Amino acid sequence: MSGGVDSSVAAALLVERGYTVIGMMLRLWSEPDSERSNRCCTPDSMAMARRVASNLSIPFYVLDARQLFYNAVVESFIHDYTHNLTPNPCITCNRIVRWEFLLNHALSAGADFLATGHYARLTQNSQLSYQLLRGVDSGKDQSYVLHVLTQKQLNHALFPLGEYTKLEVRQMAHKYNLPVAERPDSQDLCFVGADGDYRQFLARHVPQARRPGEIVDLQGNILGRHDGLAFFTIGQRKGLHIPSPTPLYVLEKDFSRNAIIVGAHDQSGRDNFFVENVNWIAGEPPDSQFTALVKIRYKAHDIPGVISTINSNTIHVKLENPPSDITPGQAAVLYNGEVCLGGGIISNVTE
Amino acid sequence: MNQDNLVYLDYAATTPVDPRVMQIMLPYFSESFGNPSSIHKFGQTAESALENARLTIAQTMDCLPEEIIFTSCGTESDNLALRGSAFLARKERGANHLLISPVEHHAISRTAEQLASIHGFELEYLPVDSFGRTSMEDVACCLRPDTAIVSVIYANNEIGTLNPISTIGQLCRSRGITFHTDAVQAAGYLTMNVNSLNTDLISIGAHKFYGPKGIGALYIRKGLTILPSQTGGGQEYGFRAGTQNIPYIVGMAEAFRLAQVEKEDRTSSLKPLRDHLIGSILEEIPDVQLTGHPEERLPNHASFIFKGVDGNALLMMLDMEGFACSSGSACKTGNPEPSDVLTSLGFTRDWALGSLRVTLGMYTTSSEIEGFLKVLPKVVSRLRAIS
Repeated sequence: MSGGVDSSVAAALLVERGYTVIGMMLRLWSEPDSERSNRCCTPDSMAMARRVASNLSIPFYVLDARQLFYNAVVESFIHDYTHNLTPNPCITCNRIVRWEFLLNHALSAGADFLATGHYARLTQNSQLSYQLLRGVDSGKDQSYVLHVLTQKQLNHALFPLGEYTKLEVRQMAHKYNLPVAERPDSQDLCFVGADGDYRQFLARHVPQARRPGEIVDLQGNILGRHDGLAFFTIGQRKGLHIPSPTPLYVLEKDFSRNAIIVGAHDQSGRDNFFVENVNWIAGEPPDSQFTALVKIRYKAHDIPGVISTINSNTIHVKLENPPSDITPGQAAVLYNGEVCLGGGIISNVTE
Repeated sequence: MNQDNLVYLDYAATTPVDPRVMQIMLPYFSESFGNPSSIHKFGQTAESALENARLTIAQTMDCLPEEIIFTSCGTESDNLALRGSAFLARKERGANHLLISPVEHHAISRTAEQLASIHGFELEYLPVDSFGRTSMEDVACCLRPDTAIVSVIYANNEIGTLNPISTIGQLCRSRGITFHTDAVQAAGYLTMNVNSLNTDLISIGAHKFYGPKGIGALYIRKGLTILPSQTGGGQEYGFRAGTQNIPYIVGMAEAFRLAQVEKEDRTSSLKPLRDHLIGSILEEIPDVQLTGHPEERLPNHASFIFKGVDGNALLMMLDMEGFACSSGSACKTGNPEPSDVLTSLGFTRDWALGSLRVTLGMYTTSSEIEGFLKVLPKVVSRLRAIS
């Protein structure tokens, strides 16, 4: 429970369905000596979660995961940025904090399931193997961050919201009289706080990220200057400050030259990449080579592609249409229609 | 939430109101509801109840009725004792030095900290041994002519250790220094005779001895003046203004009287259970220590530290298994830090984070203890396995 609408409604649904529900909240790391609490565990959100639990007549506990969150999520976030990767910390958080630490505590305390407010669906196929499906609300689907889950974990997972749209969930919050804040869904990272984005966080915690360099075009002409490669993502258009008749996008980050290569949208040409640390939801790939829909970041559209397995945790992906923003460090998640097959981290390696 | 099958083992946190106490309180809500300060008969009836309650407490403590003033709780009594003495002592004799033990309840330590940081007093902590005990010799070494007040807790809420209040009190008296003791945990089990305690100021709070929450008292030895915090209508001999909470005062007096009358019986039934609990835990569970003095401790109190365990998670799992306990290091916001007490006793974080307090009471049965002893080792080993 986070004190937000989604986890509150998820809890209410389970209570209605007759489950014995216990509310648990994670205390996560936030920047010390500042008013910036981790958005997920401000005193307000904790008080809200407690009230929801009380309204639902369920017990409520808070688990301390600050050290673990810092070590597993924040440190690797910083590490990735200083090693030329653009991380998605939500994936690490799910993998280590929620579905290992929290799940282990829940099971040890006698629970059978860990339920979350993620918009995703869980089914079992004819062989009783678990399948992770996208949520019915394609605009809210969160199967992307859950691609790290194993059969063992899915055996203990419940996703009550997967069958509903966000609008329906908000309506249910009213129906259940849940005193949750009508908080707009935030896109920012939870530990960065309300007053900034990842760039401010990096500036505070990774001073070496501030390394000015050149912005060049594909021909090598110098068009401008940047403050540090870490502050830009592939496919980014804003913040370049380069006057140009046509819109310019970050095509590539050249780490050896500390330069950003920009160009027009259609000039980015990469259509294939390697993916490491692959997790297969079914426990193994469908085949040594197969087609799938690929999402190269959380909010990306599906792109059809051909997947080839290289070894047990590496695959090669060749996409039908070259997107402009293949970003090492982000997760590439594979789908067969509604079914999430799994995925891994887009590699720096190009061959 | 269904509390029917839960076993309560947190009597040091609070106690249920004794039905005998409940009965005695009831008339004062609707029938005898007057304000004791009123001239009319309603007021007179209320005043009569108030003064009878005061007398009951005074007789139980072998002191004068005018030496007992009523407050809202033990914390308020602590605050009043400390601030009231400190400001007056500074005003009257330039005393600016505060002496407290490092293992006091926060009602004393936070108040003393504020007196130091905001009001410019010099705060010094007495030495303690590994059980958190302060000796008379410790106090003797630290006492100064400009000491405004000394405060040492009678029985420690977190680790159960008893302090030699009587000898410390005697020393302070011989040096003319005001001595206060927080007797909130002790009042239900130990002697509260002011003549044997040799103490100038004694705090108690009803909800630790089967009285209601929200009522306490402060013994102020006759002849001692303290500066009131709560000023107004002059009630409680001018020490604490505010219309007195008659039903709760009547309840507290009865609860206190019963506790002192029955303390030997209560102790003799609880102590063996508690000793059995301690013995079993120390024997069965690896990497555990008893905190506080093994003998000189409250008869119902057991406190442990478990190496490599998150105290917060431990309490959660025990609660889910049906046992309600507490911990010096846990906190409702899931932000456990080792308690000040355990830190000042020198325990490392790895140990101090795994603290557990189990306190027994009037309704504890031996089968509850047996049940608890079956569950605790399993829970501890499960937690150690996943950390």
